[in-house]
Amino acid sequence: MSTPYAKLPAWADYGLIPLINLSVAFIVAGLVVVLVGENPFRAAVILVEGAFGKGTGIAFTLFYATTFIFTGLSVAVAAHCSLFNIGTEGQAYIGGLGIALVCLSLDSTLPWWLLFPFAIVASAAFGALWGFIPAYLQARRGSHIVITTIMFNFIAASTMVYLLVGPLKPLGSQAPQTRNFVGGAELPKLNWVIELFGAKIRSAPLNICFLLALVMAFLVWLLIWRTRLGYEMRTYGHSPKAARYAGISETRIVLTAMMISGALAGMMALNPVMGDQHNVAIDFVSGAGYVGIAVALMGRLHPVGIVLAAILFGMLYQGGAELSFEMPSITRDMIVIIQGLVILFAGALEHMFRPYIQAIFASFSPKSVGMEAIKGKGA
Amino acid sequence: MAQAAIELIGINKSFGAVRANRDINLEVARGTIHGIVGENGAGKSTLMSILYGFYQADSGEIRVGGKPVSIHTSNDAIALGIGMVHQHFMLVDNFTVLENVILGAENDALLKSSIAKARSELERLEREYGLEVDPDAVIEELPVGLQQRVEILKALYRGAEILILDEPTGVLTPAEADHLFRILKQLKDQGKTIVLITHKLREIMAITDTVSVMRQGTMVATRTTKETTVGELAELMVGRRVLLRVEKGQSEAGAIKLSVKNLTVKDSRGVTMVDNVSFDVRGGEIVGIAGVAGNGQSELLEAISGIRHAVSGEVTLDGKPIDLTGKADPGELRDRGLAHVPEDRHHVGLVLAFEENENSILGYHDDERYLKGPFLDIDAIMADAKDKIEKYDIRPGNPRLKTANFSGGNQQKIVLAREMEQDPGVLIVGQPTRGVDVGAIEFIHKRLIAMRDQGKAVLVVSVELDEIRSLSDRILVMFAGRVVGERGPEATEGELGLLMAGVEHQEAAE
Repeated sequence: MSTPYAKLPAWADYGLIPLINLSVAFIVAGLVVVLVGENPFRAAVILVEGAFGKGTGIAFTLFYATTFIFTGLSVAVAAHCSLFNIGTEGQAYIGGLGIALVCLSLDSTLPWWLLFPFAIVASAAFGALWGFIPAYLQARRGSHIVITTIMFNFIAASTMVYLLVGPLKPLGSQAPQTRNFVGGAELPKLNWVIELFGAKIRSAPLNICFLLALVMAFLVWLLIWRTRLGYEMRTYGHSPKAARYAGISETRIVLTAMMISGALAGMMALNPVMGDQHNVAIDFVSGAGYVGIAVALMGRLHPVGIVLAAILFGMLYQGGAELSFEMPSITRDMIVIIQGLVILFAGALEHMFRPYIQAIFASFSPKSVGMEAIKGKGA
Repeated sequence: MAQAAIELIGINKSFGAVRANRDINLEVARGTIHGIVGENGAGKSTLMSILYGFYQADSGEIRVGGKPVSIHTSNDAIALGIGMVHQHFMLVDNFTVLENVILGAENDALLKSSIAKARSELERLEREYGLEVDPDAVIEELPVGLQQRVEILKALYRGAEILILDEPTGVLTPAEADHLFRILKQLKDQGKTIVLITHKLREIMAITDTVSVMRQGTMVATRTTKETTVGELAELMVGRRVLLRVEKGQSEAGAIKLSVKNLTVKDSRGVTMVDNVSFDVRGGEIVGIAGVAGNGQSELLEAISGIRHAVSGEVTLDGKPIDLTGKADPGELRDRGLAHVPEDRHHVGLVLAFEENENSILGYHDDERYLKGPFLDIDAIMADAKDKIEKYDIRPGNPRLKTANFSGGNQQKIVLAREMEQDPGVLIVGQPTRGVDVGAIEFIHKRLIAMRDQGKAVLVVSVELDEIRSLSDRILVMFAGRVVGERGPEATEGELGLLMAGVEHQEAAE
């Protein structure tokens, strides 16, 4: 028989399995905490409280989550077209360049609500351009997208270093970053929303990019499952031969998917650049593109899953920072290990427990796993 | 009757909740040829895999030569004298025959002594069973029929007394198949026991002593071959009586709808696969292309449907030329009324991960009927899918079900429904019933005839000679990329078989 294991109901597929994977990740992380001589339960409490306990913590968690929603969506859009876009990091970095150019020239003349649309377009366009080149090389020259996008991360980083220590740096400054943007380039904060619920916020960078991220998540859902383009992308993603048969141009679909992916990556830069730092500094992306891969995998490439996974990673970032502050023996590096474990179990080893769970489900209720369908009564 | 070589008692095997084998009892008498027939997915291969140690039965007992045994790996099976010839050969292509035969049976770290011993043993086996193969020939240079002989030799070399052959004739020409049957008979005369798995009833009747029929994981009947008929076996396989030959009226061929002139197609390695082929298909007729798989039929279909670029050739559709050498793409041809049911429905004709309704628009997804601006019109697509499900009796009738969960026959119906309901002028179909159960075959054949009777031009490529003969109004035979003959539907199997083997072609060349 061709299907050795039966299908799971959706709630188990999207709820139970991620939960089990996550639990195992935290159990292993707990063992690591025990090894350095701390109480893992207290560490867990600090981590969760740091992320969700106070208003400021929540705001920071959602701020980080915003960044990861953008990069997660970017990776997911490409992945639906079976393109593994490792270049989200570089595309986001170059997206920052687009924002810098817009803000540096217009920040003193336009109010934020006029400047923001320009910045969105610029960030998306620059990110898309950075996605276009590897896509073109893949579609027309057969250069593997994984290799080229990794290369383009390095090219993006070098280009930005050159620009930020040279042309974009204000004269006389010693910091490798643009001048600070003024007035119009500062996006409104969303902290008041959390304060509505009675929480206190000292100072946190949560801004309207969070709403933009949610809108983009919805638009990505619309694109993938409700448009012709999304249908073509999924067809190509599942079977390039079927796409060829259906008259879908490989070049066009690869270029389009990668440009959309790059645009979403580029838009990620809006959050830290216009919502928080108000300048473009060296290495402002700081690995968010790579986290996006884990977020997309863990979210099963579905926008809802990606938003949830992004919040989880936001929690790990924020709560992790608190944890290393409260428990000095748990260093920043330890936090990275915990994040790594989550990525390992939720992303890379995603299917490790699946066969067992499927076997359990199948033995309890054959119907719930769609058995009737598989047997296909007659033909 | 002779003593049983193999007894399977109460074998059960489940994969998850799928019960592939349930309470199977089978007794194979020593020194006989025992056939096992059944539709795809009936559990034949699973049962043999249990016997050969690939799978473990959940419950039940295996006895070899009367003694209960446990078979955990294929090595256990070999030690018990059971050998298997797989449907897809397990040979190393760039090794010689001799090297393949000793593979896994080398008895020394250095090969020299093994090879010398193997050579004399191999020569003895070849003499004894009439299995002549040059021991020093490289596998990839041998025709398929000889490669299969090497597989049999491999099993015999390991001391097999019981040989299991899984769909052995799928890749053979009729002449090669006949030769195989002679070899099997000879093996039987020498006292070997042979288990033959197949879905071709003709072979069962021709060669076996006993036949067992499997259906949906159970063993439904065992018959002595002489005392049964093809009709009875077919009925047992599907559980009801089926027509093996479709009834059809005289064709009324009209104007030329598809004309192919001097078409030449090369594969990705630059090997010429279709060599200067010309033919016409008229409205109201079915033209069948017969041939052993791999003689250019696949490439011909791919070229005509625009999937693969042709090197040269003039093709017209409804009298208007189409440029198959680079410009035409499948979408454009579809718009011009050419529908294509591809050979490989799993990777080309369908996206198995899609829901049924998504597959029911594949290729026609840019049709205005299914769109609202850039958005898919989900309501229209669902309504359309439900309509087709009803018309083509696709089961289960749930358009939201994942396509991978439909049986082969129903998957093929999804493709056929999609292509036929577009009301194309020309329909080209590759392997219309490959991997499709008998019940669905009848349905599909009737639909194809109905298309013909509506005045459409239908081109069918199939490796099943029976199918070609029962469907076609004209039969073209392809060999080595060329059309080597054209015959009417009354042509005998032997006549077509000779053409398929290239006999006439070679004589003409000499």
